[in-house]
Amino acid sequence: MSPHLRKKVVVVGHGMVGHRFVTAAIERGLTETHDIVVFGEEPRPAYDRVALTSFFEVGAEALSFLPSGAYEDPRVTLRTGTTVVEIDAAAQTVMLADGEEMAYDELVLATGAAPFVPPVPGAELGNVFVYRTIEDLEAIREAAKTAKAGAVIGGGLLGLEAANALHQLGVETHVVELAPRLMAVQVDDAGGATLKRHIEKLGLTVHTGVMTESISPDALADISVVDEDESGVLDGNVSALKFKDVEEPLAVDMVVFSAGIRPRDALARAAGLDLAERGGVLVDEQCRSSDPHVWAIGECAAPGGKMYGLVAPGYDMAEVVADALLGGAGTFTGADMSTKLKLLGVDVASFGDAHGTTDECLELTYSDAVTGVYKKLVISEDGTRLLGGVLVGDASAYGLLRPMVASGMALPENPEELILPQSTGGGGGIQLPPEAQICSCNNVTRGDIEAAVDNGCESAAEVTKTTKAGSTCGSCKVQVKKIVEDYFTAQGKTVDTSLCEHFSMTRAELFDVVLIHGYKTFDQIIEAHGTGRGCDLCKPAVASILASQLNGHVLAKENRKLQDTNDAYLANLQKNGSYSVVPRIPGGEITPEGLIVIGEVAKEFGLYTKITGGQRIDMFGARMEDLPAIWKRLVDAGFESGHAYGKSLRTVKSCVGSTWCRYGVQDSVGLAIMLETRYRGLRSPHKLKGGVSGCARECAEARGKDFGVIATEKGWNLYVGGNGGAIPAHAQLLAGDLTTEELVRYLDRFLMYYVRTADRLQRTSTWIDSLDGGLDRVREVVVDDVLGLGTELEAAMARHTETYFDEWKATLEDPEKLRRFVSFVNAPEIPDPNISFGSTRGQIVPDVADGPAVVGPVGLGATIPVGAPNLEESR
Amino acid sequence: MTQTQTQTYISVCRLDDIDPETGIAALVRGEAVAVFRTLDDRVFALSNFDPYGHASVLARGIVGTRGEVPFVASPLLKQPFALETGLCLDDPSVSVPTYEVEVVDGEVRIGAQRA
Ligand code: SRM
Ligand SMILES: Cc1cc2nc3c(=O)[nH]c(=O)nc-3n(C[C@H](O)[C@H](O)[C@H](O)COP(=O)(O)OP(=O)(O)OC[C@H]3O[C@@H](n4cnc5c(N)ncnc54)[C@H](O)[C@@H]3O)c2cc1C
Ligand code: SF4
Ligand code: FES
Repeated sequence: MSPHLRKKVVVVGHGMVGHRFVTAAIERGLTETHDIVVFGEEPRPAYDRVALTSFFEVGAEALSFLPSGAYEDPRVTLRTGTTVVEIDAAAQTVMLADGEEMAYDELVLATGAAPFVPPVPGAELGNVFVYRTIEDLEAIREAAKTAKAGAVIGGGLLGLEAANALHQLGVETHVVELAPRLMAVQVDDAGGATLKRHIEKLGLTVHTGVMTESISPDALADISVVDEDESGVLDGNVSALKFKDVEEPLAVDMVVFSAGIRPRDALARAAGLDLAERGGVLVDEQCRSSDPHVWAIGECAAPGGKMYGLVAPGYDMAEVVADALLGGAGTFTGADMSTKLKLLGVDVASFGDAHGTTDECLELTYSDAVTGVYKKLVISEDGTRLLGGVLVGDASAYGLLRPMVASGMALPENPEELILPQSTGGGGGIQLPPEAQICSCNNVTRGDIEAAVDNGCESAAEVTKTTKAGSTCGSCKVQVKKIVEDYFTAQGKTVDTSLCEHFSMTRAELFDVVLIHGYKTFDQIIEAHGTGRGCDLCKPAVASILASQLNGHVLAKENRKLQDTNDAYLANLQKNGSYSVVPRIPGGEITPEGLIVIGEVAKEFGLYTKITGGQRIDMFGARMEDLPAIWKRLVDAGFESGHAYGKSLRTVKSCVGSTWCRYGVQDSVGLAIMLETRYRGLRSPHKLKGGVSGCARECAEARGKDFGVIATEKGWNLYVGGNGGAIPAHAQLLAGDLTTEELVRYLDRFLMYYVRTADRLQRTSTWIDSLDGGLDRVREVVVDDVLGLGTELEAAMARHTETYFDEWKATLEDPEKLRRFVSFVNAPEIPDPNISFGSTRGQIVPDVADGPAVVGPVGLGATIPVGAPNLEESR
Repeated sequence: MTQTQTQTYISVCRLDDIDPETGIAALVRGEAVAVFRTLDDRVFALSNFDPYGHASVLARGIVGTRGEVPFVASPLLKQPFALETGLCLDDPSVSVPTYEVEVVDGEVRIGAQRA
């Protein structure tokens, strides 16, 4: 063999671990000497199976690890939709389903695991599924469209995840578990019972301690084939589950098996490789099988005889083999099987020796049946070390407790404080050692996090970007943030969250202070809680807080000095000192008469007209002193303020929907008008925009809005946190298939929660990102109502809608407010000579002699960033 | 002397016409002048013209304090100008002209542009 000849690595299986192996091989330089060929049985490249359930929400593309379908490194070939059917270890070849053979120098098996389907009669019926691939989920979604009730067989981690999916798909869901408790592997009896209560509260039915004896086909099959066809296999769709020792069968039209997984080791078995006793390709610490040129990684492998059903150990194995093929000595010696997840909105975590199997260990438990919280710590006999634990209902302490187990550090004096309710998960004064692994998914220690800060990371988000800590399962995020903040503090750096020099509070804190004290004016607030006389930062923020709480008129005498540029004159200031006028056109629907009025007004006052990006019409070039006369005409014709000037609801954009569109499934225009009318005038930390689309084609671009609604066959999907602008974001699903009533309830809560707790000039997307727990937290508060704030938030919104009035109409009725709309106090009849207009394409345009206002004339020595988004400036 | 000075002042409005901590625009000898009143009833007069935005708008800005210094933030791009001196607080090489101003018998009177 000539020395320059490249060698070939064949990888069987392109799942999570196979993909990780390829990227590790590329990064470590294996492709300098080796060609890699990967065969994947699934029709698509590897995707994030851990996040499989979110497929319903985000689609296949978003889950993909390789959306382009190919690796950038040309020395790697990926062949999807291709199954390896045989290994000839002696000849060092593999055979594909179509008979093609391929030789290898090294073979890496990454075939994963398959769901275990117990040999129950009827398991082969139609509408019986497993939960492993995107294709499985597509089939489940299809069946759920017509199914009324479904059962998930298996109450473990994956079973509950599948149950969650069925529930979300609107199917009445039953969980059937053989063991006496849910999640038997991870939690103990008391934890399982707490979990069961949580899940039943959501409307799912849990059957524990029952054994499924058979699955019965539907009546149709009964008649036509008399239960069995020629092959002896049952035909038709499922209609019921029959349990052992239970009289009454459970009527269901679909079943999902989730009764555990089995390593896919058939290829290895046929090739004569050694297998572990309980399945899986037996490999050594370098993940090498009994054949020196065959390696196995991920769920198909059993290092030291034990298989691991989690992705992190598989990733470690992938790295070890890439290293070994380069002559490295890395080893895989076992993995931390700790887990934290959210199942049906319930936090569940288990870590270390969760079942207290260590000799003479002690258990410490905290349980609160009312709130559904159960926590258990397993502690060494001498009380000095934490060995493991279980958390249900509130797993915020997980990020601290898991590394405490792993690092073996000494327990604090009163270990019970670690699980008492007031513990925030930050863990008070506890300092983990630098080598404590904080992120187990990506193996990042406290020391790594601090080093990232030393190397210039300015926030937890940046640390996550550079170290990957927190980017996989997310369970360590709180802890990462805490370490970053503590480290900043230790260095004397403060993270300044004060509003401005006059208020050392955040906007959210100020909001609460104003609410608790019932303040009505800025003067009261700054005297009691601030210093100086305020500025252009805090005054509009206070104005917004007062307006959200009291819904008074923004130009009321005591508070009008607080109003920002646009609010001060209820119009948008333009570059030459003139204003624009935007009447509200709810949902973008307008009558011919309405259009004519707008046309006439614009003509009469000589205004420039343009259709805005928000589906309405803007009239530009109004002189301040003309605003009342313009609005008189508009108000008389039935128009209201469009609040284009306010930090408040702008528009709820609509598509034409089921009224006209042949695809529409709901009346999107009607809903958009209803929502825009409901939330008009609501003052908020930043502007708010909504959208409603009549079907999934999404012509209203609802997912680009702060709240977006998309019609489904069954109702409405509600998305939140979308944003166009400088940092675009797609809105994420908050809840699906809602009735209009549920939708409005969740939106009321969502918007009020935002109004109360966001920072000034924080759009919903950045606000959600800033919350501990992000969107999940929002869902807990808004949908699950864990803070019990639901009714209060709804009442606050009810107050807003009841007290809404059109502020332009009210202004026209009050001479005191109109007094300010003059060009010059001493010469109201003279228009400001500084405002003049030219003409372009047949309409007026501002005449600003010195060019665009943002470009400071050089002679003035101004230093204004040109073109950079000015985040302070916004209306 | 008192006589000539009185003649150069022009009465523009009553103090009560200006809400505390706000401004109004007045036309003085053909120039737009922004007149501000602070909480302690002091009165300041600046050119209404924003040198950054090139528009006559300063009277419509928010009035506040930075440290002890009373200022107005331009409603266009928020540059802060000290009410007493007209200096831009973020860039002392830029300033707006200021005017003599006094309150006599509740009348606000604007004098000459300061040098
Ligand atoms: C008039 C309009 C442009 C147009 O001719 O179409 C417009 C005009 C302005 N937008 Fe806008 N935006 C307009 C639709 C949009 C849209 C499209 C939409 O709403 O569907 C977006 C992106 C969607 C979004 O907001 O997420 C948009 C994103 C922005 C942003 C960036 C916000 C962000 O979160 O990054 C700003 C700056 C800000 O608010 O901080 C902005 C700010 C402004 C300001 C206030 C800029 C300024 O300082 O003068 C403009 C004043 C409006 C005026 O004088 O009347 N405008 N702006 C649109 C008015 C819509 C309406 O009917 O109310
Ligand atoms: C719903 C769900 C939720 C999960 N949640 C978590 C979690 O929260 N945390 C966690 O750590 N783990 C979780 N897991 C487990 C995790 O997904 C697996 O540990 C991980 O995917 C294992 O990776 P793998 O590459 O070994 O197997 P896989 O990802 O299954 O990849 C194996 C691939 O090999 C292919 N293949 C098999 N045989 C052949 C052949 N003969 N020829 C060609 N291709 C073949 C298969 O089609 C498959 O694409 C979850 C799994 C599921 C299903
Ligand atoms: S989103 Fe659907 S209903 Fe609305 S216009 Fe587009 S295709 Fe029609
Ligand atoms: S522990 Fe999973 S992302 Fe950090």
